[in-house]
Amino acid sequence: MTVETTELSLPSRIDTIATAAAAVAEFVGRSGLGDDAAFGIDLALREAVTNAVLHGNRQDEDKTVDITLKSSPDAVEISVHDHGPGFNPEKVPDPTVQENILKTSGRGIFFMRSFMDEVDWLIRPGGGTTVRMLKRR
Amino acid sequence: MAELNINERQAGDVTVLDMSGKITIGEGSVSLRTAIRRLLEEGKKRILLNLAGVSYIDSSGIGELVSSYTAIGKENGQLKLLNLTQKLQDLLTITKLLTVFDVYESEAEALNSFK
Repeated sequence: MTVETTELSLPSRIDTIATAAAAVAEFVGRSGLGDDAAFGIDLALREAVTNAVLHGNRQDEDKTVDITLKSSPDAVEISVHDHGPGFNPEKVPDPTVQENILKTSGRGIFFMRSFMDEVDWLIRPGGGTTVRMLKRR
Repeated sequence: MAELNINERQAGDVTVLDMSGKITIGEGSVSLRTAIRRLLEEGKKRILLNLAGVSYIDSSGIGELVSSYTAIGKENGQLKLLNLTQKLQDLLTITKLLTVFDVYESEAEALNSFK
């Protein structure tokens, strides 16, 4: 299997989430991963792009959400970059502890971590945030 | 075609919403919120969500289910869920929301549970 890389640069709008998900679904379909893995990647991607559009770029359409997809013999890797101020992922509350279960938000990062094998963030002050997510074959 | 289709029917004093499509950020979540608000305004506080046709839900959609549950609870009503797909059940399990929601696989059983 060869290494395939695709890059997308999309405006910071809510409809970008569906656009990105469609592109990633096509990419993942070519990568040969199974249905469960494809579901997890789709959900994690949607949550990452949602965070980039809403919290990173704050729906400023002058700022893009940049997505890089890489498929290798070992894994599929997805990076989502925004141009926001960044955040500390360790300070995001656990949505599964009792006092947070009935909160109406705060589950996106939890889903990303639940469905991908690796999730990490690269945050550069003034330089935006990149979340990198890996799904091993 | 709308992202989320909601068909309303009455079964005794329980309002059943048959839903199909996606409950995701944007249109799907807003459709659910609008439907629940309207039912509460109409005094319909016993609501059964039939999710058999819901093929996909994201964290925003899960949040909207929670928001619906608490909004109906505040009005002394009841929200129950029917016919979860396996994927939705998995998501509610890992978020521990399956311990919160009253979930049924049989509509007759669900309707009888409202009291």
